[in-house]
Amino acid sequence: MTPPRRGLEQPLVLLRELLDEAGVARALRRIAHELVERNRGAGGLALVGVRTGGLQLAVRLRRLVTEIEGHEPPLGAVDIALYRDDIFQGLPRPEVGPTELPFALDGLTLVLVDDVLYTGRTVRAALDALMDYGRPRAVQLAVLVDRGHRELPIQADYVGLVAQTTRAESVRVKLAELGEVDRVVVLERGA
Amino acid sequence: MSELLLKGGRVIDPASGLDRTADVRIVDGRIVEVAPGLAARGAGARVVDCANRVVAPGFVDLHVHFREPGQEYKEDIASGSRSAAAGGFSTVCCMPNTVPPNDNRAITELILRRSAEVGLARVRPVGAISKGLLGESLSEMAEMKAAGIVAVSDDGRPVMNAELMRRALEYARTFDLPVVQHAEDLELSAGGVMNEGPVATRAGLRGQPTSAESVMVARDLELVEWTGARYHVAHLSTARSAALVRDARRRGLPVTCEVTPHHLTLTDLACAGYDTHAKCAPPLRGPADLAALEEALADGTIDAVATDHAPHSPVEKELEFDNAAFGMIGLETAFPLLYRLVVRGVIDLPRAIALLTAGPAHCFGLDAGTLTLGAAADVVVLDLDRTFPVNAGTIQSRSRNTPFLGWELTGRAVLTLLDGRATHDEDGALA
Amino acid sequence: MTAFAHRHLLGIEGLTREEVVQLLDLAGTFHAISERAIKKVPTLRGRTVINLFLEPSTRTRTSFEIAAKRLSADAVNISGQVSSTVKGETLLDTARNLQAMKPDVIVLRHGSSGAAASVAAVVDAAVVNAGDGTHEHPTQALLDAVTIRAHKGRVEGLEVAIVGDIAHSRVARSNLHALTLLGANVRLCGPRTMLPVGIEQLVGERKGQVRVTHRLEEALEGADVVMMLRIQKERAGAVGLFPNTREYSRVYGLSAQKLALARPDAIVMHPGPVNRGVELDPGLADGARSVILDQVTWGVAVRMAVLYLLGTGGEPVAEAP
Repeated sequence: MTPPRRGLEQPLVLLRELLDEAGVARALRRIAHELVERNRGAGGLALVGVRTGGLQLAVRLRRLVTEIEGHEPPLGAVDIALYRDDIFQGLPRPEVGPTELPFALDGLTLVLVDDVLYTGRTVRAALDALMDYGRPRAVQLAVLVDRGHRELPIQADYVGLVAQTTRAESVRVKLAELGEVDRVVVLERGA
Repeated sequence: MSELLLKGGRVIDPASGLDRTADVRIVDGRIVEVAPGLAARGAGARVVDCANRVVAPGFVDLHVHFREPGQEYKEDIASGSRSAAAGGFSTVCCMPNTVPPNDNRAITELILRRSAEVGLARVRPVGAISKGLLGESLSEMAEMKAAGIVAVSDDGRPVMNAELMRRALEYARTFDLPVVQHAEDLELSAGGVMNEGPVATRAGLRGQPTSAESVMVARDLELVEWTGARYHVAHLSTARSAALVRDARRRGLPVTCEVTPHHLTLTDLACAGYDTHAKCAPPLRGPADLAALEEALADGTIDAVATDHAPHSPVEKELEFDNAAFGMIGLETAFPLLYRLVVRGVIDLPRAIALLTAGPAHCFGLDAGTLTLGAAADVVVLDLDRTFPVNAGTIQSRSRNTPFLGWELTGRAVLTLLDGRATHDEDGALA
Repeated sequence: MTAFAHRHLLGIEGLTREEVVQLLDLAGTFHAISERAIKKVPTLRGRTVINLFLEPSTRTRTSFEIAAKRLSADAVNISGQVSSTVKGETLLDTARNLQAMKPDVIVLRHGSSGAAASVAAVVDAAVVNAGDGTHEHPTQALLDAVTIRAHKGRVEGLEVAIVGDIAHSRVARSNLHALTLLGANVRLCGPRTMLPVGIEQLVGERKGQVRVTHRLEEALEGADVVMMLRIQKERAGAVGLFPNTREYSRVYGLSAQKLALARPDAIVMHPGPVNRGVELDPGLADGARSVILDQVTWGVAVRMAVLYLLGTGGEPVAEAP
């Protein structure tokens, strides 16, 4: 989750590309292998995408894991709007989307999937939401990009790419499912 | 000898049919001469330039509530008289629903004594029809008449009992007192807080049907037909009531009626936002009734415009609409509101002045409302171009309960005289 | 999604169709939360909701209290039948005193029309009208609309019959606004004593969607939804609106036989509490066509949606974070 954005009226300017189409594919493949490796297979595993950015990535990871293991882990989505800690910070009110967890969490190892890990507040909210749905055996975190600047003691278990960024910058994950070419870019507000 | 000369105004005196540019000479509190080109006689004469002003008889209000004795936190005779003077009124008739009510000569005398002490307006008491305003037995009308009442009414409440109304008409006729009815059938109006109609339906407020008024007027007119007594409808508000009065007059019945400036200005839409200042009895009506009142005003069915000046404090008004008191103040906004109808061409200026002077004086047989020679010099000087805001700073009444707060009104009394003495002097002309 | 641009919810009148739809959609999300084992989200943690109920109502008060608690707000209930004149403190005094305790939301139920609007004018807190006199009861209309949508998949184009004392019903008024806004056609039915002057003018240019009838059969014919209003028994007799409940139920009560005039899949609704055997045949209230308990369930979800929107203020973000 990004902190309060300022100067919204200014256009975003592309600064640099962190991953291209092939890079995104490689990073996801590696994450899929790592999580199968670390969990000794895909049994007892479920993937949960954080709405909205993490959901598409979770779908892709599930496909990759299924290819590797021949077993399809369950997939869910968590919406964190009602668990955010910045609702009263004078920000616009977040849109509320559905949380869909069509399986019992208890005893499963959940892999929470998000696109960008930044302050850690989104992950905190997602964890709180998940705990209200049940008691998983463990929760692991997979992100495509870790851009630093953590405000909470949260680390990812699986990281596609670690990127050096400034707080003024914005990291965007673009995906084919949303009508773009797969890539990860850094943008900045025009001066 | 004290001499005052009002120079160069448009003098309108409906009682004598006068409407011309002229000077008015006042000597020792009496009108002595009305003619163009008058010159001051004595060296000590005071002259007020009235060019571009209207000079008219001091206004007469048949219907005010001055709340004294008993509810002086809302208004008293002093503050009410100040308010009257500021509105151009020199004579006001105060309704008997004080605490205790004016149903005996002691209260009548008290009101007259206080009014004389204050000296800002002639306060003419209206006595109760029934003892304690309870609608059960007749009050001591003869004694009150001797003490100075000019009419009888149970205003605030109607006389529901038809038998009592018959006896009141007969008894009052004996002493040549007009009977003033607050025409409202309490069973039809029960629980209603505004006019029944689409606006009340939308707001979810209980309505009073227009028939609550006209049913009572119709009943009373039958009794007037029987008794031959003088009958006056207070604050008439509906098309049907106006039609009934028009018809009764055609038949020669001794019937008169008054209408308020607010019923001539606002419709029930003013209640849509639950503004308790717009809650009054009878309620503000719909547009068709308002149009019928304008017509009745123009064709002479309506004799007088009376304010029903009803002061209330926030204790009675800062409440849920259902629980708020009925009534609004009106003395200081009466003329400018009526003048709006002149501007719109509904009536002409002399007719507007008549509705505030000769008309009401005729209803109660008052010796007031004229500039004829020898009459008391009760005079108002009006500036028809003067615009003023209605707000807490400008209101002279002790209460502020008016839906016109925040309005800008045009047409104002700049000088009010009582017996030739200034009771209101906006521009310091006689300072 | 458009912003819900109101500080208070005083009525359905004045809301746009988009705003009503937004509330219904949001209610869907909160309905799902009520299905969980842990029926609580931390969204309004540390916020205070005062339920000021100056007219008896167990159901609506409980519904608002549960809604507030499921959003983690602190809910404080003040109930009573205190009329201002009896208590010696006016409603506005009470409101100003409560405001001094810094609540975030005041939910008001009051017997006088316009009470919520007057309170809203003197407090900083968001005010939710939980029923004011015979004026409006917006959350009831929203829960009715969302229940209809859940059962019929839509509201637009449906034929909805509302039967009973329309004149004294805030539920009917709010529903008239909400249902016509959502594109339904509404038939209002009752004896002439219960249908106020100009009721169809309430919805202005949508008055073509409103039909008034005094025959129950006509109101039911081909209806998709039948909404029966609670009859106030105290309005019978003396100089009342109807002679007695026996005659009322014969002419305007809903029986299985009369319901057969409606569409075969028509649903039966009632804002509750039901006078069994008066406006509704005893069997119908818990029959297969009745969605009365669903209305109650949706009531919590709708009130969560309202408290969420008014309790958080601001506008929705244009993009996901």
